[in-house]
Amino acid sequence: MRRLINQKPGKGGALLLGALPFLLILAVYLFASDARLAANPDDKLLPSFASFGDAIQSYAFEEDPRSGEHLLWNDTFASLGRIAIALAASAAIGLVLGILIGVIPFVGASIGPVVAAISMIPPLAILPILFIVLGLGETAKITLIVVGVAPVIVRDLALRVAELPSEQMIKAQTLGASTWQIILRVVLPQAWPRLLDSLRLTLGSAWLFLIAAEAIASTEGLGYRIFLVRRYLAMDVILPYVVWITLLAFFMDWLLRRVRTLACPWADLGR
Amino acid sequence: MASVSVRHLWKEYGSHVVIENLNLEILDHEFVTIVGASGCGKTTFLRMLLGMESPTRGEFLIDGKPLPSEPGADRGIVFQRYSLFPHLTVMQNLLLALEFAGAPFSARLFGKAKREALEKAKSLLDAVGLYESRDRYPAQLSGGMQQRLSIAQSVIREPRILLLDEPFGALDPGITADMHQLILKLWAEHRMTIFMITHDLKESFELGTRVLVFDKVRHDPQAPERFGATVTYNLPLKPVRDPAPSAP
Ligand SMILES: Nc1ncnc2c1ncn2[C@@H]1O[C@H](COP(=O)(O)OP(=O)(O)O)[C@@H](O)[C@H]1O
Ligand SMILES: [Mg+2]
Repeated sequence: MRRLINQKPGKGGALLLGALPFLLILAVYLFASDARLAANPDDKLLPSFASFGDAIQSYAFEEDPRSGEHLLWNDTFASLGRIAIALAASAAIGLVLGILIGVIPFVGASIGPVVAAISMIPPLAILPILFIVLGLGETAKITLIVVGVAPVIVRDLALRVAELPSEQMIKAQTLGASTWQIILRVVLPQAWPRLLDSLRLTLGSAWLFLIAAEAIASTEGLGYRIFLVRRYLAMDVILPYVVWITLLAFFMDWLLRRVRTLACPWADLGR
Repeated sequence: MASVSVRHLWKEYGSHVVIENLNLEILDHEFVTIVGASGCGKTTFLRMLLGMESPTRGEFLIDGKPLPSEPGADRGIVFQRYSLFPHLTVMQNLLLALEFAGAPFSARLFGKAKREALEKAKSLLDAVGLYESRDRYPAQLSGGMQQRLSIAQSVIREPRILLLDEPFGALDPGITADMHQLILKLWAEHRMTIFMITHDLKESFELGTRVLVFDKVRHDPQAPERFGATVTYNLPLKPVRDPAPSAP
């Protein structure tokens, strides 16, 4: 027998192995749901797939009688808009500060420690402050995500930029480059793939902060909806929403990975 | 295109003396090769000449003027590795130096300036045999091709002094002969003064117009860091105005 570390599944085998846990979870759910509904047809904890179908039908494809909107799409656009703006702002802050801290010693010495300190603040702890100062509108929710995500990106980029081989920096200087030219042509292009990686890693916390903010103060959004229908134990709505949020997060991750391979074809060559 | 004088040069890291009282007069357009035991301060000497490190005492003079305290376009460098830009293709790696010179703000060239730069880069790529590979990234090149590109990149802005730190040390012995031809050709064409560290004694005598041997004059077996290295042998081999020496 070959060692375990040398035994690899084929392409079809890997697909099957990957699908297996999903199928297993599904089977366990169906079994448990059937058992509970057989005992009590009014049970709300583990709804049947038929009630999921009904809930999806009414949230995604029918107008809400009160607002006249398709709630699922409305919530999706609201949440995606917030997270997109927040991630774009965090990326911009991360890129500018991360590069300056990593490249220019005086900037690193003066704002490096303060960024490190801010990144230690638990963002949810200052959520009340944000609501008090910025009101209950969009700004506070977006700011919460930025406060949670941007310092992580800044520190990650600063570290990665400082790790660029010193030979490259010296070489650029011997080619006559100024500080600005080095940032523009040597550091920035090499920071892009790191930034995209960094964004992928912070997606999870971005969603966490988004849903937390929406749960507390909002009138629309995926997180708002889940916490609203919780009052009626509407698991038939909550579970499809959770699956939908997961799919959206997965899609964003995939998108960032695609952008990375398309925009930085050189980044994976050396490995 | 530059003479180099070194006067009473000392370099210490704390109590560790690396270089002690080094004196040197190098003429314009010499090809200086430097040999010496590992760890005796050859790279440190080159780093000071480059402006990455400052001497503890003493000074460097280039054409009689003090050395600037940071790297600049008048002194090119070829490291053993890591000195290419991984995100730029072969052609872009070469163009970069011309773009730095021609566009202070955008560091990019357009139109006529771009065409001229491309022309210049192309002829240099031909000279180092990399024109066919112009659209590849450094990670897709062999070690020898990477070093040839690194050398081309270092001479495109016509530095007065070219520094090489064991440039062929990591390469197959089979291709060093080609590399020697290349560096001699560029040296003759661009007329720069070259300092090259090598651990290959034969190479140092074949290429150099002058060989410098770095070694310690005094030894303290109890405290090896008490004394530094200096130039113990300074051997002029060939008259400097001689065109490129022929390979054996
Ligand atoms: N930044 C530094 N700090 C302390 N010691 C150093 C530093 N750089 C080099 N050295 C020491 O200087 C000595 C000479 O190093 P180096 O110039 O790299 O030798 P060579 O290139 O001749 O092999 C070594 O003993 C090394 O440990
Ligand atoms: Mg060395």
